[in-house]
Amino acid sequence: MVTVLERDSELRQRAWDAAANVVDPEIPVLTIADLGVLRDVVLDGEHVEVAITPTYSGCPAMNMIALEIELALERAGFRQPKVRTVLSPAWTTDWMSEEGRRKLHAYGVAPPQASSSRRALFGEQAVACPQCGSNNTELLSEFGSTSCKALWRCKACREPFDYFKCH
Amino acid sequence: MTVANINVSETPLVLYALRRADDALILGHRLSELCGHAPMMEEDMALSNVALDLIGQARELYTYAAKVEGKDNDEDKLAYLRDVRQYRNLLLVEQPNGDFAQTLVRQFFYSAFADLYWRAMMNSRDTTLAAIAAKSEKETAYHLRHVSEWIIRLGDGTEESHARAQAAIDHLWAFTGEMFAVDDGERALIHAGIAIDPETLRGRWMTTLSDIVSEATLVLPQSDWMQQGGRSGRHSEHLGHLLSELQSMQRTFPGQTW
Repeated sequence: MVTVLERDSELRQRAWDAAANVVDPEIPVLTIADLGVLRDVVLDGEHVEVAITPTYSGCPAMNMIALEIELALERAGFRQPKVRTVLSPAWTTDWMSEEGRRKLHAYGVAPPQASSSRRALFGEQAVACPQCGSNNTELLSEFGSTSCKALWRCKACREPFDYFKCH
Repeated sequence: MTVANINVSETPLVLYALRRADDALILGHRLSELCGHAPMMEEDMALSNVALDLIGQARELYTYAAKVEGKDNDEDKLAYLRDVRQYRNLLLVEQPNGDFAQTLVRQFFYSAFADLYWRAMMNSRDTTLAAIAAKSEKETAYHLRHVSEWIIRLGDGTEESHARAQAAIDHLWAFTGEMFAVDDGERALIHAGIAIDPETLRGRWMTTLSDIVSEATLVLPQSDWMQQGGRSGRHSEHLGHLLSELQSMQRTFPGQTW
């Protein structure tokens, strides 16, 4: 016999799994669980509310992610799911999973490094090229194709690459 | 202009959030004007990214102001349906982009302040403002680093870039005093631990400026005459033009969404 409690936790897990598989539209190899954007799933009767945290204040991917979560939950059988944005504690790249870092690297984006100073001018940091692995790289632009990325170049293989900024 | 302006009940906390939201929106909009027009591709992306961060911060602050006000307003109405005299931003952020030096000096003065300001506001007793601060300080640190490097490049660059950077500093200096102004309503919020006293940031702000500016072989003006008015809605002639572009779509097609 299945108790209500077990049924609830099973339902919540189903909702979590559905939400967790939503991918970042800008970096489709990463799920929102990999990114650490998915914070909580709360079940109230049949209704489910998902809490997410924005990576950057103005990241346009967040609207898309919220919409995708609602759709994923509806597909999983949850009616009128809600997505709530929480600001605190503020998202940090430290929340990115190991799996996420591996996937990012395989995708050709250098994963974020452990916190280096965000305030040091002309900051020297070694970011390894995700293509050839060389540390002989240089920063081209602090701001890249999306809020979360900087543009780098490998001086060994001459390939430009994205670096997921430490945040 | 076919849509009436909204009314906002400006309690001290609503006004406080609104002023910071307006700063972020107007500066973000100014930078967005350069999207596709910056002097080089990397800088085009950088300024657009900074604009995006600022507009994101503005959205959070507007949403909070609307929530505190507790009426029918929301982030969109606050941004699109207030006229120039209802805007509460600093005069500094509404100044036109001018040349590249002017764009960057404006950003430098603001970011050097905002970096200290958001870090201090993380300790606000208001949990929403503290949360917004915790996000904003991370973003602002990147803005300040980026723009500081540019001030050094321009100042310590060619004769032309040096002269333009110095002219921009001289021109915009009079708009910096307003960042430290506090009225009675804000004074009460400071005493309640909700806001921070900007005067406590002035020393470190000056140190940041002096360090970068002297490394850039530039000088800060000695003049202490400061222009004010933005916080109470008395703006330079530039803001009305900016708003007419920013608001044109909502004023023409009220309530339109993407």
